[in-house]
Amino acid sequence: MKLWLARQRYLIDFTLASLARRKTRNLGLLFVYTVLVFMLASVTLYSHALRQEAARVLANSPEVIVQRMVAGRHDLIPPGYIEKIGRIRGVQTREARLWGYYYDAVTKANYTFMVPAQGAPAGGEIIVGPALERSRGLAKNNGISFRSYSGKLHTFVVADVLPQASELVSADLVLMSDESFRAFFDYPAGHYTDIALSVANPLEVRNVALKLAAALPDARPILREEVLRTYASIFDWREGIVLALLSAAILAFGILAWDKASGLSAEEKREIGILKAIGWETGDVISMKFWEGLLVSLTAFLLGFVAAYAHVFHFAASLFGPVLKGWAVLYPRFQLTPQIDGLQVATLFFFTVVPYAAAVLVPIWKAAITDPDSVMRG
Amino acid sequence: MIELSAIRKAFNQGRENEFWALDGIDLHIEAQKVTALRGPSGSGKTTLLTLVGCLARPTEGRVRLAGEDISGLPERFLTEIRRRRFGFVFQQFNLIKGLSALDNIILPAYPTGQPRKQLLERAEELLARLKLGHRRAAKVEWLSGGEQQRVAICRALINDPELLIADEPTANLDSHLAREFMAILEALAGDGRSILLSSHDPLVTGSEVVDRLVEMRDGRIVDDR
Ligand SMILES: Nc1ncnc2c1ncn2[C@@H]1O[C@H](COP(=O)(O)OP(=O)(O)OP(=O)(O)O)[C@@H](O)[C@H]1O
Ligand SMILES: [Mg+2]
Repeated sequence: MKLWLARQRYLIDFTLASLARRKTRNLGLLFVYTVLVFMLASVTLYSHALRQEAARVLANSPEVIVQRMVAGRHDLIPPGYIEKIGRIRGVQTREARLWGYYYDAVTKANYTFMVPAQGAPAGGEIIVGPALERSRGLAKNNGISFRSYSGKLHTFVVADVLPQASELVSADLVLMSDESFRAFFDYPAGHYTDIALSVANPLEVRNVALKLAAALPDARPILREEVLRTYASIFDWREGIVLALLSAAILAFGILAWDKASGLSAEEKREIGILKAIGWETGDVISMKFWEGLLVSLTAFLLGFVAAYAHVFHFAASLFGPVLKGWAVLYPRFQLTPQIDGLQVATLFFFTVVPYAAAVLVPIWKAAITDPDSVMRG
Repeated sequence: MIELSAIRKAFNQGRENEFWALDGIDLHIEAQKVTALRGPSGSGKTTLLTLVGCLARPTEGRVRLAGEDISGLPERFLTEIRRRRFGFVFQQFNLIKGLSALDNIILPAYPTGQPRKQLLERAEELLARLKLGHRRAAKVEWLSGGEQQRVAICRALINDPELLIADEPTANLDSHLAREFMAILEALAGDGRSILLSSHDPLVTGSEVVDRLVEMRDGRIVDDR
């Protein structure tokens, strides 16, 4: 065992020296390889994080949202409507919600104005999300004015700033009291935006939807699970496009690796012959090349993955974000929460490192088992 | 030390360009002697050296090393024999480019896994002996032909082999360097090391150092003195 270790150490030393001897070629290969890993890892990291983020957004949203439809369009919930829902088995709470969008001409961004179910601020006060905190330079106890759609200027005092936990959820939120909301938007008294139902048992959600449709023919129930599924399929589709593009790059890389590996240069073949002639075993030659492949591919993998991590989580995936994100125009700016999925890393590793190692080893094995007598003849 | 009996070696056997490079060789290579193979180009000298040095296997016949038949041994054992008992000095030197003289010299010892310190000490001794100490760190491609050959000799000796095998050792040297090589050879022979070489250089074959001259032609031994 000790001998084996000593031997491998020598082989690694030799490998490092060999890599250094063919610097340009190996650096070129390392570069291409790293770029490939970088692109693949960026896409997977990004779409994984987006998916998680979307799941988190929806986790906080109610199981069923009821909207009233008039002439096929979303309309306000009139007074007395919520009572008409009556008691449906499985529904734990019914809650009429008040929310709307506000376009801020100063920052050219959309905010979501909302009356929270609990913990609404007092009249004239608001609680803002971190995006507003940043873009309007707000802090606790600052005053801010918004011009309402009717042209009147309303001034609020910032009572608090929401935590940063998941920006996608709360970045552009402005929370206010019922009265402030109605006054700002000239919202008719007793009317609401929609109704949120919470259903504890996921198996009952479909039933609840059916009963709702029967009780309120002009209502449209929106189920959380359906929204989730829609998001997932949009992501999968977008990821598919990017991966299809990338497969061209993978193919090119495969050819390159195969070429490098199988087209063992005459020089390399000669060296293998020399090493065998002076007493290296076939296994030593193969181990040496194995270490070489492993060093190159591991380095490329680590560099590419770290670069992709920085790209996605620190530079907001600026290279392919626009393709993958798409839907996030609703949320013009957000930072993904850094996360790494072990299985995903393993998959990526498997598909980038293993093929390369194999591509390197096969031809070496062929070269290594031939008789070394040719080195005697120049 | 090494006994060859009824050795034949074919290239491209069974094909139309089949060629018998060796055609019935019986030879006993004695220990602690300098044996030289001489013969015209194509007579089979290099081929014979590859068989003795376990770089290739004979098509027919037996090779015995210290009484043991090694012609049928699997590759792994042949490699180990080659590493432990033979040192090679190739006609083209066959050093690994891009590595220093020192790194080239210790290369055959890597598979033994000996401590590096020990290897370097031995390499330094050899370098000093061949008056090459000042070139230890130079990349081999920057060395002159004579220096390259001395590095090759050091490399051949690093595992302290019983037999040194040299193919046309003076073919790439001018007569001054060739004489230097013969001096080195004489010193090694003086230590009692067995040496087998091939040459058609009269400077080598006519030298006092050579104990025995084996004359070859068309894959056979025609004279043995
Ligand atoms: N791999 C091979 N395939 C076919 N023929 C070969 C091969 N190797 C050697 N030969 C032939 O075997 C014969 C003997 O070759 P060898 O190299 O042993 O001769 P040599 O005595 O060393 O000649 P030289 O003095 O030119 O080095 C030559 O005719 C050569 O062409
Ligand atoms: Mg020859």
